[in-house]
Amino acid sequence: MSVIYLDNNATTKVDPQVIEAMMPYLTEYYANPSSMHTFGGQLAKAVKTAREQVAALLGADESEIVFTSCGTEGDNAAIRAALLAQPEKRHIITTQVEHPAVLNVCKQLETQGYSVTYLSVNSQGQLDLDELEASLTGNTALVSIMYANNETGTIFPIEQIGLRVKERGALFHVDAVQAVGKIPLNMKTSTVDMLTMSGHKIHAPKGIGALYVRRGVRFRPLLIGGHQERGRRAGTENVPGIVGLGKAAELELLHLEEATARERRLRDRLEQTLLAKIPDCEVNGDPKNRLPNTTNIGFKYIEGEAILLLLNKHGICASSGSACTSGSLEPSHVLRAMGLPYTTLHGSIRFSLCRYTTDAEIDRVIEVMPEIVERLRALSPFKNDDAGWLQSQSLVNSH
Amino acid sequence: MWDYTDKVLELFYDPKNQGVIEATGEPGVKVATGEVGSIACGDALRLHLKVEVATDKILDARFQTFGCTSAIASSSALTEMVKGLTLDEALKVSNKDIANYLGGLPEAKMHCSVMGQEALEAAIYNYRGIPLVAHDDDDEGVLICSCFGITDTKIRRVVKENNLTTAEQVTNYVKAGGGCGSCLTKIDDIIKDVEQEVATVSKNSNNGTKTTEILNSGQIATATRPLTNVQKIALIQKVLDEEVRPVLIADGGDVELYDIEGNTVKVILKGACDSCPSSTATLKIAIESRLRDRISKEIVVEAV
Repeated sequence: MSVIYLDNNATTKVDPQVIEAMMPYLTEYYANPSSMHTFGGQLAKAVKTAREQVAALLGADESEIVFTSCGTEGDNAAIRAALLAQPEKRHIITTQVEHPAVLNVCKQLETQGYSVTYLSVNSQGQLDLDELEASLTGNTALVSIMYANNETGTIFPIEQIGLRVKERGALFHVDAVQAVGKIPLNMKTSTVDMLTMSGHKIHAPKGIGALYVRRGVRFRPLLIGGHQERGRRAGTENVPGIVGLGKAAELELLHLEEATARERRLRDRLEQTLLAKIPDCEVNGDPKNRLPNTTNIGFKYIEGEAILLLLNKHGICASSGSACTSGSLEPSHVLRAMGLPYTTLHGSIRFSLCRYTTDAEIDRVIEVMPEIVERLRALSPFKNDDAGWLQSQSLVNSH
Repeated sequence: MWDYTDKVLELFYDPKNQGVIEATGEPGVKVATGEVGSIACGDALRLHLKVEVATDKILDARFQTFGCTSAIASSSALTEMVKGLTLDEALKVSNKDIANYLGGLPEAKMHCSVMGQEALEAAIYNYRGIPLVAHDDDDEGVLICSCFGITDTKIRRVVKENNLTTAEQVTNYVKAGGGCGSCLTKIDDIIKDVEQEVATVSKNSNNGTKTTEILNSGQIATATRPLTNVQKIALIQKVLDEEVRPVLIADGGDVELYDIEGNTVKVILKGACDSCPSSTATLKIAIESRLRDRISKEIVVEAV
């Protein structure tokens, strides 16, 4: 049975051209790019080319790209750097729906004397810019807000946010791990100071990422050691990974317009057909400002892990915001922050597409999903709640 | 992906006994229902039992479950396990029995087996007309985990029943501590308290031959002391009165304690037992083995 992979917000398949580009740097070109000999110089050139490719995807200058090991490192480095560069400021603003790579750093910083404002979101996962405005003070060192949410695909109005942040003199970091390659970006005209991206979300391998740091922004490194990355990230470069990231960035730029249009068409067909075929389900997230490849659908009265396992039996890979898939006992913090009712919250399924997704794969999901939902609803005591058990419970998520 | 056993997957993909048992007014039969969990918590189980009134036997069991793979498999396993049992026998089914039936559950999913055991208990107490809060003081203790509404009483019970030693295990079994985590320290304290309690009971119950003294310093000292003659006579009389005589009386006989010399217990067989050709068997099986089991393996019973 072939795998139908609709979990591309978790990770993506490495593009064969990326593998091809990397192979020489896993075999014959093994020197250290910092070495003075010609052999090392060949690798330094490859790193430079990759830096240019990544910069092109972001609309940035190559000198503004710092290679990292992953999105988490990029987020951590940006937040720490912003605070170290402004030791007199002790306030951070972020949102309730960030990735743990930002949220958990902020929570730790709270224990170290920083105050953090976690902006709320509405039922579509959108921010209230007035709340942001009211939170900004002269003591705010950093505003760290994601470009697009990994679970719902909701896109935040980053440039509008940036204008407000700049007015108050704070630094602005954006976790764009889910947005890069799906939205055209141009750092030259942006208000963003730092921006995180990750390779494995754009068909590069795992273990490589990049951080954009606007020229002129004071940056204090997270990793201290050698002089690599202009002293902004010590450690011998992961040359094969960097070369792979560069090639992946080049391909993303090449395919951006056509791929996102195609993904949007397939996503919309999947979403609209499922909504039409299956009663009692709804799309979670902002219907207008949303990543073209992501749909998050809440199937009422049933639980996400059970849906995933039945999908898995058909070779279909997706994700859920249910507690049982998170290693925690609480469902998705993103969906909870949106105040979704409990009837929907636990049964949310995320389908995330990529440029390899085919019409036939979407057809297959459309074919099996109604049967899966019906089967689990037949087991559920809440579907036909004649005895009123469900009605006796609070149905609004008040977390 | 969780590491589920083949049995869990089998009962998830092909659940047995799903559905409702409707009360049909069939003579001699009643339907009992037990509900636990909630949609807010993310898992819930409604268990239906069809009971033969005269025998207390569970003729059929079905379930409706909102929850994950292991919640559905645990519910299905439970219904398979209790069919054919009497209600008293079913009450002895523990969450560990459910997990064992499934070939084990991932530790983080043990709360699904606990949910099954609690639904069974709820159904049986509903059937017997006993309000759940009256028999189950889980809800009457001090609230420890406000995220999932779990009291110290419930945590104590699950810690004891499953020999849990860490707060993480408690979270896996009853969810307490799995939300904001602010109660984890309190859970640690409860575990320590239960461990101390269990250790004390264990010392006290070592064949009834040990006693425990609490010294002024608060330390526990244990001393081994043999039963006194008075204690031994009282115990033998108690076992005879409560466990032996009712059986013999039911058959038209009886027994009376005559004397005790060391480990020799002298009895007088009465009524049907006195003239019964199987009186030796009665002495050895009904009386001697019971006293050996309850008091001392050295006991010999003789008729006078």
